[in-house]
Amino acid sequence: MNPTDLSVAALSGATVLYAIAMVTYAIRLARVADDKVAAKAMAREAVAVGGGTPAAPSAPAASASSRGARAAKAAGIARSTTLVGALLHAVGLAARGIDAGHVPWSNMYEYTISGSFFAVLVYLIVQRKRDIAYLGAGVTGFAAVSLGLALTVLYKDVDTLPPALQSYWLVIHVSIATLVTGIFAVSFIATSLQLMRDYREQGELPVEGGAVQVAWRRWHNTLVRRYRRTRWLEAVPPAAQLEALSFRLNAVGFVLWTFTVMAGAIWAEHAWGRYWGWDPKEVWSFVIWVLYAAYLHARTTQGWAGRRSAWLAIAGFTALIMNFTVVNLFFQGLHTYAGS
Amino acid sequence: MARVKLDNYVIADAPRLGPRGWLRWIWRQVTSMRVALILLLLLALASIPGSVLPQWPQDAAATRAFIDANPFWGPFLDATGFLDVFGSAWFTAIYVLLFASLIGCIAPRAVHHYRELRRPIAATPRSLARYAPVSEDSPLAVDDAVAAVRAALRPRPGRLGALTGYRVRLDRREDGALALAAETGAVRELGNLVFHTALVLVLLAVAYGTLFTYRGQAIVVEGRSFTNAVVAYDTFSSGALFDPSDLDPFTLRLDSLDASFSDTGRPLHFQANVTFTEPGEDPVQTDISVNHPLESGDAKIYLQGNGYAPVITVRDAAGEVAFSGPVVFLAQDAAYTSTGVIKVPDVSSGEQLGFKATLYPSFVEGPFAVASVHPDPANPVIEMLAYTGDLGLDTGVPQNVYRLDESQLSPVQDEDGQPVTLRLALGETVELPDGLGSVTFEELPRYGAFDLRADPSLPFLLVAAMLTLAGLATSLFASRRKVWVVARAEGGTTVVTGAAYAPAHDAGVAGVLERAMAAASGREPSPGAEEREQS
Ligand code: HEM
Repeated sequence: MNPTDLSVAALSGATVLYAIAMVTYAIRLARVADDKVAAKAMAREAVAVGGGTPAAPSAPAASASSRGARAAKAAGIARSTTLVGALLHAVGLAARGIDAGHVPWSNMYEYTISGSFFAVLVYLIVQRKRDIAYLGAGVTGFAAVSLGLALTVLYKDVDTLPPALQSYWLVIHVSIATLVTGIFAVSFIATSLQLMRDYREQGELPVEGGAVQVAWRRWHNTLVRRYRRTRWLEAVPPAAQLEALSFRLNAVGFVLWTFTVMAGAIWAEHAWGRYWGWDPKEVWSFVIWVLYAAYLHARTTQGWAGRRSAWLAIAGFTALIMNFTVVNLFFQGLHTYAGS
Repeated sequence: MARVKLDNYVIADAPRLGPRGWLRWIWRQVTSMRVALILLLLLALASIPGSVLPQWPQDAAATRAFIDANPFWGPFLDATGFLDVFGSAWFTAIYVLLFASLIGCIAPRAVHHYRELRRPIAATPRSLARYAPVSEDSPLAVDDAVAAVRAALRPRPGRLGALTGYRVRLDRREDGALALAAETGAVRELGNLVFHTALVLVLLAVAYGTLFTYRGQAIVVEGRSFTNAVVAYDTFSSGALFDPSDLDPFTLRLDSLDASFSDTGRPLHFQANVTFTEPGEDPVQTDISVNHPLESGDAKIYLQGNGYAPVITVRDAAGEVAFSGPVVFLAQDAAYTSTGVIKVPDVSSGEQLGFKATLYPSFVEGPFAVASVHPDPANPVIEMLAYTGDLGLDTGVPQNVYRLDESQLSPVQDEDGQPVTLRLALGETVELPDGLGSVTFEELPRYGAFDLRADPSLPFLLVAAMLTLAGLATSLFASRRKVWVVARAEGGTTVVTGAAYAPAHDAGVAGVLERAMAAASGREPSPGAEEREQS
């Protein structure tokens, strides 16, 4: 098999495995949520019975424990599918790099296959330290969709590097940028869950005040009701714990993004003779940086910690995705070769 | 009309503020975290139009075209600064306020931080109940237990102990208990201050660079030289405090320009082979390629573009050479289909001549059109339209060398009144109609477009940037933790109670507490405690 076919086959395999992993992770979430709901019901029952003799294990308890086993089984399948998927993904990337004769991050197809790999890798690394299986569905789903889009829409045959990219800065600057994309993607998923949990933990607000406030509060209440009904959120840790996790990831991501922007400026100085020229890609990199800086500030600003700062992190990731899609495809600038 | 009094009377109970009070109030607002946050968000928002709308500094031609195409919005957006966002008054206002806020914020904090460092840390709280305390019995005596904790928290050798270690305080309580408070986090705060200060340094470095920088563009044809002087550049711009005598009068000769392309015409490599001569020094042969500028003193010389400069000779009606030399053509597409203009003012007899020409490096002729199929000069052909009349060069207004002013020119026509298209292969000569003369396509050298740029702020900028990064990483990754251990004698045994506090994201503090408690009780820490401290 030639490297081109090997790369495509391995990446296609990874896509399928990630899709399977996503479904199994979702099943696991549902099962864990069921268990928690059942356990809560039992606790309530026990309280109702009153501190008498411990009741014999009742039927729901038995089925709960078998559910616990089923959740663990789903988690096991999901984890191994993700691992094998990541291995295939790595093979696909390596084959692409060998095929092209340069690092596989020089156009949109290649960024996408690398960025989604880093997202999975970050997930697997964090997973070794703490149990974040509740992020699994989101991360593998993100990877499956990115890879699927890359293979179908963005695919490009290998090509030589244009002179502007023939530099070791391609390795430094773009690899870190792609890694950051992976980190921010994982933290974006954690932040999204945090917001859902946050609304779930909030009370509804009285609908009163001016027209804008009324509309705003209605919207808030809709979200609160919506996420109270979302049963699988029971399997997700409380908002405060998710906040702590996404902060860790965002902090690492922000430092690396700062580095990316600086490395980009140094490279621009070498390649184009100016370190900063407000090219659309530079504008958006700056916007992303400022948004995440605002997020870090907001965390420690009174009235902004928690939900509001989480929205800023969401805005930062949205800008990152914009920078990668809209800016590459529609805006004219020195970085335009990125779109080809 | 009653004079509006500037007062905070809206809030009934607030003390009335005089002008000084107001200034202080404004200053406090500007330096508050909330305002800093809002300014940051405004900065992000204000940048976006700079990527959506065409901008004068980035692409003047596109901006001009945009204004012409939008008779209402074009001039409106131009007048309001949206076509030069990063130089606009409102963008400047946002970042100036932000940096004012930043300075107003860090200066007092630096002072405060310095004082804190010199003060002993706070004593162990009377009650640790808020911090989920843990208790256990210890075989050690009260003082020994606390001494063991102290030793355990001492920085491990080889680390940046003094800064990253714990500051410790012991208090003997009236009931005989000994309380130890330990705190770390000074580097974190220091990192934060360094980071914010370095941001100011970045801004200062950029401002310094803007004042002293200069850059110029020059096109040099193979075999020709360029001497570094302001007049020699095609375009030149510089900062307000730049001194033209700073230009180092070197000469740069373009010996050859290598341009290689793949079979499909994708660029592979561009390299200018040059001879570089500084006054009083021996000539040096070197090369300049994309990503590899040539350094000369403060300045760097970049290869920014390349193309063809066909050598054309024009003879007039009298057979005299009226023009001969390379003409710079600008590539219009990836196959280097290039356009250029030849102006021949010095005609010995008759009217001035002008030509609008297109070069096809690899010429092919299809049934309906002609095209270049590859950027290499496999079959170079020039097609041109000839004009006679007045080139308009004597008006004193500088003219664009790439455009022909056709207002006083008329195209050369054949008998049917159709404009004549002349076609020349390399080495050919064609006669102009009506005995106007002849044109010869002699040679096809390449040219390199060079940018020379100097910015004396770069070393400062680099240092400021690295400080920013280091401060940031320290501030985000160093931990801020407090650990307390109280040992008290209770009926013959020693009871040690410990608690710890850290921000929510810092789960590792539990590992530190475990280590402290293990030391106090003279036991081994539970497995994995060490590892947990890092998480
Ligand atoms: C150019 C504008 C600014 C930028 C880009 C910026 C960026 C940041 C970033 C990225 C952080 C998180 C990293 C760290 O903890 O060191 C931070 C923290 C902080 N900033 Fe700023 N900042 C700016 C202006 C300001 C201003 C004007 C103030 C004061 C009003 C301020 C006060 C703080 C404080 C107190 C923290 C520490 C928060 C904590 O304890 O975690 N900053 N800033």
